[in-house]
Amino acid sequence: MKRARVVYGGTVHSASENDSNSLRLADGRTVSQEEVAWLPPVEPGTVFALGLNYADHAKELDFNAPAEPLVFLKGPNTFIGHRGETVRPSDVTYMHYECELAVIIGRQARNVSREDAYNYVAGYTVANDYALRDYLENYYRPNLRVKNRDTCTPIGPWFVDASDIEDPMKLGLRTYINGELVQEGNTKDMIFSIPYLIEYLSSFMTLNEGDIILTGTPKGSVDTKPGDQVITEVEGVGRLENKIISDEALRT
Amino acid sequence: MVLAKVKLPGSPVHKEITADLQNNKAELNGQLISPDSVPFDTPVTGTVYGTLLNFQGALEKMKDQLNDPPYKGEPKAPILYIKPANTLAAYGSPVPLPENTEYLQAGACLGIVIGKNATRVSETEALEYVSGYTVVNDISIPHDSFFRPAIKEKCRDGFCPAGPWIVNAADAGDPGKLGIQVYVNGELRQENNTENLVRSVPRLIAEVTGFMTLRKGDVLLAGVPEDPPLVKAGDEVKIVIEKIGQLKNEIVLEKQYLEEVAK
Repeated sequence: MKRARVVYGGTVHSASENDSNSLRLADGRTVSQEEVAWLPPVEPGTVFALGLNYADHAKELDFNAPAEPLVFLKGPNTFIGHRGETVRPSDVTYMHYECELAVIIGRQARNVSREDAYNYVAGYTVANDYALRDYLENYYRPNLRVKNRDTCTPIGPWFVDASDIEDPMKLGLRTYINGELVQEGNTKDMIFSIPYLIEYLSSFMTLNEGDIILTGTPKGSVDTKPGDQVITEVEGVGRLENKIISDEALRT
Repeated sequence: MVLAKVKLPGSPVHKEITADLQNNKAELNGQLISPDSVPFDTPVTGTVYGTLLNFQGALEKMKDQLNDPPYKGEPKAPILYIKPANTLAAYGSPVPLPENTEYLQAGACLGIVIGKNATRVSETEALEYVSGYTVVNDISIPHDSFFRPAIKEKCRDGFCPAGPWIVNAADAGDPGKLGIQVYVNGELRQENNTENLVRSVPRLIAEVTGFMTLRKGDVLLAGVPEDPPLVKAGDEVKIVIEKIGQLKNEIVLEKQYLEEVAK
């Protein structure tokens, strides 16, 4: 089942996909997908993100593939829903999308083995983990000024039940800017697989329900500009739309 | 006596108290109680953001390395990290020393508690967004390199004791003039003052909220002073921040920690 959290009629609703154009709200109403504002499909707990988790992307950034997962964290401020607007500061020269499969943890996990790891996954969604490369500094890299800005992590549209995804390690990833395909990859090329990451993280800390792991992006970084429509898509999981706006709009 | 807020076990809301900092006691319904005898919950409800190298002495110690690889330049903007929800712990709760680890680093931090959502706040307005202050022990496994995020070293369960209360901002006075002391087993091991911050509390809030919103309830850590004490299993760590309070925790072997948590 594909579920969403949306705002309609002045309040937040749980909803599910009715057909390709409409949603069914928990109260029984059917509404058009155009009529609602989309929130992140799950209220994020602790959010982990992977850097350089596809060998081709590491190479593209002139890094050797890491020997141990390169993990950073994100705060709740950074997330926005499907069809949201992401702000590009005007002093930035290079801001790129990152299409990623997001894994949603379903129950508390500590010292979980690779073999058991999928039992702790509730579902999946799509994330776009924008990076503003101008702000990269070599301290706790990539740091929060690059990766945890307000509006810079669109996520959604759907929370897809784990049981609906046959093999999450074999899903195509695609990004389109203004309709043009600019990034293509497959989750089979991850360096550290989903079970490996759950085993790794839970070996030294407790994962909780609602925690999310953004599993990294393949190669294909392209600069995005205000006005661009960016769609990140994961096969079978969803198609996340986002628009870039300028920070000029925030100036009064 | 100062106005403060505690979280009592079993209640979702803070309770207002007056705190006697000298004697480490809270006056609650006319009774004086000590966090040593009553298990207060951690008063922190939001996300905890730490700040790296925000004491002049800590930055000075790194000076010879900052322009060399891998850093290749002094930090330009605040370097933040997140202490996630699993790390939060209360006054008096045990801090686990992981297997194959000899020492932990006690990180004495002034915790700046955000009172209302703060986005693109100016330095002059910044303190209006602070509801109060608490004492935080930002525990780390010692690490020499700050090149990659220190998740394994900083994000373990129980690695962020905070409390025992949040002192109202008005009663704390100037956050740029607070003495900090760390005692290990009663012996003074570190002493500093928030007047030595690289970025003052208002400036830090202004620079951070320039790129990300700090939400009501979030806690921004002002930074760990240089020469943080190393502590081992069995040590009692007490952090005292002037006008805010004192936070006590004991370091225990991870095995013992798991047994205590199970209780």
